[in-house]
Amino acid sequence: MKLDQNSVLRLAEHLENCELQARDTVKITDEYPDMDWDDAYAIQDEIRRRKLQRGARLVGFKAGLTSHAKMKQMGVSSPVFGFLVDSFAVSEGSELAVKELIHPKVEPEIVFVTKAPLRGPGCHVGTVLAATDFVMPGIEVIDSRYRDFKFDLKSVIADNTSASRFVVGGRAKPAADLDLRTLGVVLERNGEPVAFAAGAAVLGHPAAAVAMLANHLGARGEEIPAGSIILSGGITEAVAVKAGDNVKLQIQDLGSVSLRFN
Amino acid sequence: MAMDSQLITQLGDELYEALMARKTLAPLTSRHAEISIEDAYRIQQQMIARRLAKGARVVGKKIGVTSRAVMNMLGVGQPDFGYVLDDMIYSEGQSVPMDTLIQPRAEGEIAFVLKKDLIGPGVTNAAVLAATEGVITCFEIVDSRIHDWKIKIQDTVADNASCGVMVLGDRLVDPRKIDLNTCGMVIEKNGEVIATGAGAATMGSPVTAIAWLANTLGRLGIPLKAGEVVLSGSLAALIPVTTGDNLRATVGGIGSCSVRFV
Repeated sequence: MKLDQNSVLRLAEHLENCELQARDTVKITDEYPDMDWDDAYAIQDEIRRRKLQRGARLVGFKAGLTSHAKMKQMGVSSPVFGFLVDSFAVSEGSELAVKELIHPKVEPEIVFVTKAPLRGPGCHVGTVLAATDFVMPGIEVIDSRYRDFKFDLKSVIADNTSASRFVVGGRAKPAADLDLRTLGVVLERNGEPVAFAAGAAVLGHPAAAVAMLANHLGARGEEIPAGSIILSGGITEAVAVKAGDNVKLQIQDLGSVSLRFN
Repeated sequence: MAMDSQLITQLGDELYEALMARKTLAPLTSRHAEISIEDAYRIQQQMIARRLAKGARVVGKKIGVTSRAVMNMLGVGQPDFGYVLDDMIYSEGQSVPMDTLIQPRAEGEIAFVLKKDLIGPGVTNAAVLAATEGVITCFEIVDSRIHDWKIKIQDTVADNASCGVMVLGDRLVDPRKIDLNTCGMVIEKNGEVIATGAGAATMGSPVTAIAWLANTLGRLGIPLKAGEVVLSGSLAALIPVTTGDNLRATVGGIGSCSVRFV
């Protein structure tokens, strides 16, 4: 840790206020170029604590930066992780007001719902599949609080990895019935297919991202509780959205989920 | 105004000779700016006629320029097509000698094997499915007889849609049993996942691509025949290849295809 407790509290309050008031800010490493990974997660933890203290419920976690190519580009060997609270959830088929957000983008994801706790270290694809109740399609709405998406990884982690909203829907299926690597993903915006990929785009296998999340939490004395929702990472590039857009995600064998923006 | 047939023949011959000698030509469009797309198809016919005269047989067709991104790059609003000849086809497990190619790149595709003729106009997606014996995962190894791939649409059309060779997987699957729109594709190069995609990447659906081809060929009086193999267009990024590379493409619900370059 390079930051003192007061700085952590102040930065968490600042970033959460930006989120709640839908306004952007410069990346926090401009002010604190020496902050380290622990500082970044400490700020995120403080944002989580603030929310839970006000009555929010922790419903799950998310993984970001889950492509090997991007990790190599950024010079890291692990994805980044954030938390999800109940207020982030949007219901299937509903509308989301763009004015509540700063500059939203959407990412298609394979969502895991757990039936048993997962505690690292030592979690792998097998333990994740054993603890998974079912998988289903999910659209994550990311909304970095940083101006023009100009950030570095530590700033992103402190900002809860740009977490903003998510919607899950479609068909829930046991993971054992699917080959998650080759599961195809088609993202449509206003009826036009705009992004195509397959599950292996997430760390070679989406369950690998969940395993790394469990190991990351385990190293910090936490676990993924049973019944958690886990967004395993964007399978394609994030797609920018604006008011009036209708986004639909289709996943092979898992049906579709959609979200409208007004 | 259409180009005179002597020039058409001459350019077709030049491309054929470049193919045989594994040499490249300056872009045809840099020497003859007036070439239309129709002219380019006549040049392609000449190049193919030379190969048929040497004993090659037509065993199928290929569709190219099927993604929005590539259409935009070439400034066109529709795909193109070329002929598949028997001497272009490799099977799963065979190696492709690099010295038979000039500047190859690999595309992961879904190939259709027809059990009935498909003669446009008026071919619908339903007719395509009814006429399809099965689908196979395949690699098209595209190659260009034009310097450094500096192609305009007329150059690639004249050059048999930049077709090189292709490798067919060994699982033929009934298209009624899979959703070709959402099926995912994972491409690995030397064991590393380097690209993913999904069926919708080619014209919204591989079935739509085949219907487009049947209708386009129908207007030219060319049938798609029972038994032919038709390549429906690339589902993921183009992969540069070199001697020693080992590629594998896997399509969810169909199977995989692998190729080594020696």
